[in-house]
Parts: sequence; structure tokens; C-alpha cells
Amino acid sequence: MKEKIKNIIENVGLPRVIIFFFLVLLFILAPVVGIRLDASINDVIVRFGMNGILVLSLVPMVKSGCGLNFGLQLGIIAGLLGAVTSIELEVTGFAGFFTAIGIAILVAVVLGFLYGTLLNKIKGDEMVVATYVGFSSVSFMCIMWLILPFKSPNMIWPFGGTGLRTTISNQGYWFHVLTDFLQIKIGNHIAFPTGTILFFALLVFLVWIFFRTKTGTAIVAVGSNPEYAKSCGVNVDKIRIISVMLSTIIAAIGIIVYQESFGFVQLYMAPLYMAFPAIAALLLGGASVGKASIINVIIGVFLFQGILTMTPSVINNIIKSDMSESIRIVVSNGMIVYALTRTIRVRS
Amino acid sequence: MKKQSITKATNPGVRFLINYSVPIIFTILIAFAIPLSGLSGEYLVRELMTRLARNSFIILALLIPVMAGMGMNFSIVLGAMAGEIGLIFITDWQIVGMPGILLAMLISTPLAILLGYFGGMVLNRAKGKEMVTGFMLAFLMNGIYQLVVLYGMGNIIPISNSSILLPREYGIRNAISLLEVRQVLDRLVPLKIGGILIPVASFLVIATLCVFIIWFKKTKLGQEIRSVGQDNDVARVLGINVGKTRILSITISTVLACYGQIIFLQNIGTMNTYNSHEQVGVFAIAALLVGGASVSKATIPNVFIGVILFHTMFLVSPRAGKALIGQAQLGEYFRVFVSYGVIAFSLALYAWRKRVEKENERRKAMALKRVLLQSTNTAGGNKF
Repeated sequence: MKEKIKNIIENVGLPRVIIFFFLVLLFILAPVVGIRLDASINDVIVRFGMNGILVLSLVPMVKSGCGLNFGLQLGIIAGLLGAVTSIELEVTGFAGFFTAIGIAILVAVVLGFLYGTLLNKIKGDEMVVATYVGFSSVSFMCIMWLILPFKSPNMIWPFGGTGLRTTISNQGYWFHVLTDFLQIKIGNHIAFPTGTILFFALLVFLVWIFFRTKTGTAIVAVGSNPEYAKSCGVNVDKIRIISVMLSTIIAAIGIIVYQESFGFVQLYMAPLYMAFPAIAALLLGGASVGKASIINVIIGVFLFQGILTMTPSVINNIIKSDMSESIRIVVSNGMIVYALTRTIRVRS
Repeated sequence: MKKQSITKATNPGVRFLINYSVPIIFTILIAFAIPLSGLSGEYLVRELMTRLARNSFIILALLIPVMAGMGMNFSIVLGAMAGEIGLIFITDWQIVGMPGILLAMLISTPLAILLGYFGGMVLNRAKGKEMVTGFMLAFLMNGIYQLVVLYGMGNIIPISNSSILLPREYGIRNAISLLEVRQVLDRLVPLKIGGILIPVASFLVIATLCVFIIWFKKTKLGQEIRSVGQDNDVARVLGINVGKTRILSITISTVLACYGQIIFLQNIGTMNTYNSHEQVGVFAIAALLVGGASVSKATIPNVFIGVILFHTMFLVSPRAGKALIGQAQLGEYFRVFVSYGVIAFSLALYAWRKRVEKENERRKAMALKRVLLQSTNTAGGNKF
């Protein structure tokens, strides 16, 4: 029995076991300290819908062997450009939402292609270079947000200022178009965001289908054994670029869905660290640097958002101070460090 | 196929341009930005003097892990945190002046050794991914630092001076004034030339560290670290404990970074308890790379050239930005972009060349094999 438990812990990974039991403990404690469990679970589901697609976007790159996408910010930038342009064009409702996505995809295709080409030149060092490519593109876009010629009074600084504001409200444009779509309300505390979840399910389905096409299978082949894939006549570099473009496109859609639910478009330095929580969630769901699946995404986002939702409310009630931010930092970055040190041991 | 021409280029002029592309681009940028900013030469010299004394030490801490082949040590942030904890304690105990600085160093040394050892162990488990792991490790330890300083201090760890505690009576305030130890090292040997204060003692400390690094390279340990850096397998055959040597190099780097952060903060005079260390790694590494260093090779001159170029850019870019499009904010963003961009560019360039070299080697080996096969074939044919 002891051996069995040890084996399970070994397979699942100690950090994941600890985090899982921590979450279970939080859920048990919640009613004790007077927090409504149904409202908490609803919060987790809402946040799941917000963040799921961003985490899903990491999968194609892991599958093609490009590692964890520390350059997720490139996709986010594409999404931001889409969002800002749709507001500038004054398109509202679903039309605005899909305009934003359409423009974002166009930008993401270009950025993804360039990013993929770069990653092909530096095989083996993707992650560290991607981190700084992400950081430098975010800071480059800071300059762009200042000087791009956007005119909409809802977006630029008031009183004759130039440049876009740091946070732009999308209320009146496409705020909650998905969340309110077929929303199921039960009592005062539960509002199930059917539209967001359906949209997530749709994307998951599309990705699932994609990995069953010829190109999709080629991506998996390239990721598991590039030499073998090459000998089968697969153009490894091209397939890797496709996977990077796909990741970037999904990330662009992901950030728009996030903003749709959140209510604000956050520019400037806000996207800087956005890659890390997404990566941590994927890893928490059981993925590793070289392996990830859709199941990992779903489990991971639930666990990670569960921790994020439950820690502030429960811990605050117990010790009367907000440790949640520090706990979040430790959990998400600890998970990434664990995964980075883990893969090497397996390989050697 | 254009990419291969770069590493194949034997023309020394072209090689120089490629190897030093970052410092060259920087020099050109600065040459344009200085007149735009309209800052006086005297001001620039005075500021650069301060910044050389303030920043060089922590950048020198990066050199030894590069020697050990571990790349840029993003986890120097751990050392910086150790130094800050030392400073928190001397502020709490109200030990002022030079004794305060020395005591802070003394307290934080064991902590830095411990953190360095831990960091080295983690990085050993992530061979080939040291940089990204070190980077994430710095983030992780930042969370733990917050838990200790924001929740543990004044609670579990006794803090007697309530003026550095938050109003809720535990946890350290966001900013700590280091007025009592401010610039004690810089002003230890008072020397003014033309109204400019020369921080003689700080420069002496930095010079001592340079001499130490030069001497250290020649010791047995230094040689071992260098052979580990060149080739892990060869080093192992030579009987060097590779893992231990790598841990040691990270530990030394962490301890040096800890002293570096103390020197940095005594010059600034205030400490942002939760932010001062955050960007230490990024700025130190960017400066070193701007000085012409690469992931596999960094020298003492790289450090000083780097500080001068990088910080001149820091000084002039806000005003140049204002002169260009009327917004100082643009310059602020520009320098952040430059810091990150330089790192991205250098790392990508290095990784790319490494890959091309590997490819060339493989091709050479294949060609050699083919020649050998042919010669054995013809030799076999002659027998009959």
C-alpha cells in the first residue's frame, strides 16, 4: 500500500499532489469560515472560461517540441491590437467581438510566422529566448501604444493627451457578449457563463480535430522524434512554424475572450508576465516541457483557478491578511521550476 | 544558407562586427541620443561615475557562472534578496555607518551561501536550461521572500523597531530608509575633483574584486571551473566533480551579488523592500551583454564598457524621447525595451551560432566518415 502511494506520488509529481490537497482543504474550510461554496465554485467556472483558451494556446507548441511558450505575449499583443482596432471602428456586440478576433488572427499569423522562423534558428534554446522575445515585444508595444494613431475618445487619454490609456473599458462594445449568451442564473449567487464555456469547448474541439488531420499528426511526429519525422519526408521547420502560428493565433483569441469577460483591455506593461500563470496552469494539469494534452489544460485550469479563487477568500478569513498574492507567486513559479528540473532527469 | 556565412566569415573585420554588434549599435544610438538630450558633459560624467561605483560589483558577480558554462546567472536575484535581509536587520538594530554595512554583509553571507547552494542544486537538475530555470527560480524565491518578509518578520522573526514595520505590526514596510548608512562606503575616503565626489573606497572594493577574479581564474579551482565550462565530459574524465563545481560557481556568484546589492543600496539610500531586487538580474545581464559579452564569454572589460554604455543610454533616453516626440514616457519605455531587447538579441544570436556550429561539425564528421568508407572500399578492392 505504501509503495503504491509512493508510486502514485512519483507519477503525478509531489507539487501537484500538495497543491491538489491544498485546494481540497480550501474547499473544506470555505463553509467553516462562512464562504458560500456555490458562489466560489461559480467563480472558479467563470475564471475557467476566462483563462482556458490562453492555456489551450500552449498545447500546439509543446506538441511540436518547441517547449513551453514563454513568448505567449506575442499572441496577446495580436489580441490587443484586434481589440483596440474593433473599438476604434465602433463595432459593438457579437460583430465587434468577432471583428476583434478576425483582426487579431491576421496579426497573429504574421507575428507567429516571424516568431516561428526565429525559433527554428535557435532550436534547443527556445524557452529562454522566447521569454525575452516576449518581454521585449511587450515593451516595444508600449512605445507603439503611445504613438499609434488611434482616435476614439474612449481609448485615448482625455484632455488632449496622446496615446492610448493603460486600461480601456470594453463596456458598450463587446463586454460580456459571450458570458451573457444563454447564461443560466440560479438564485443570486450562480450565473453559469454558458457562452464562454461553449466557446472554449468549440476551440478545444477544433484543436482536437486539427490534431487528427495530416498536419496535426505531423506536428506530433516532429515533437516526439524530429529525425524520424524528417526521414518520413516531413518538412520539420515548416511544421514547427505552423505549430507556433497556431499557438499564437489561439493566444490572440484567448486574450480577447479574457477581456470580454473581464471588461477591460489592459495595455502597456500588463501583458508582461501573462505567460507564466498560463504555463503554470498547464503544468499543474500534468503536462511537462515535452508533453501536453487537452486534458492537462482542463484539469490544470480548474486547479489553478481554484487556488486563485479560494486562497484570497479563505486565507483572509482565517488569518486576516492577504497572503494570496505571495501564494500565487510561489505556486505558479514553483510549478514551472519543478517542470524545468524534472524533464532533464527523465531524459538522463 | 545566409546564416552559415556568418560563422564561416573568416574576414577579421566582419567577425569583429558580428561579435561586437551589440556594443557597436549601442554606441551609435548613444551618439545620436546625447546631443538630442541636451545634457551637459559634466553632468554625464558625474552620473556615470556614481553608476560605475554603484553597479559594477553586482555585474562582476555574473562572470564566474559564465566561466562554468552556465550562461547568464539570472538567479543573482537570490543573492540580492539575502543582502536586503541583512540591511533590514541592521536597520532594525539601528547600527549605523560603516559598521552597519559590514554587519549587514556578515549577516547575509551565510544566507547567500545557503541560497546559492540551493540555486546551484536546482540548476544542476536543469542542465542545458540553466538560464530559463534560473530566471524562474528568481521569481519563485521572490514569492518566498515575500512570505518571509511580509508575513514572517515581526511575527515569527522578531523585529523590535516598529518604524520599519507596517501599521498592522508585522511585515516590513514597502520602503526602508537607509539614511544612516547612506553612501558611507562612497564617502569613506573623501576626495573631490572639481566639485565631483569620487567614491574612492567603492572603486577600491571593485578593483579588489577584479583582482580576485583574475587571481581566481588561475587557481586550481578556477581552472576546474573553466574546464567544466568548456566540456562537461572532458572535465569528468579529468576527475573533476562537475556537479559540485557548478554549485560552487553559483554559490560564489550569489554571495558576490549579495555584497553587490548592499553596495548598490547604500549608494541609493532607500530600499524598496519588495521591488529593489526584482530587476537586478535583468539590468545586470543587459549591461554585461551591452559591454560585448556573450553567454559563453564575459570578461572584466565587458563589465565596465557595459556599465558605461548601458547607463549612458539610461540617462539620455527619457530626454531624447521628449525631444523627439515630446513625451518623456517614450524614452522610459524605450530603455525598458532596450534592456529586454538586448538580452533577447544576444541570447538568440548565441543560440543560433551554437546551432550552426553544431550543424557544421556534424557535416564535417559525416564527410570524414564518407572519405574513410571510400578509402577502405578502394583498399578492399585492391586486394583482389
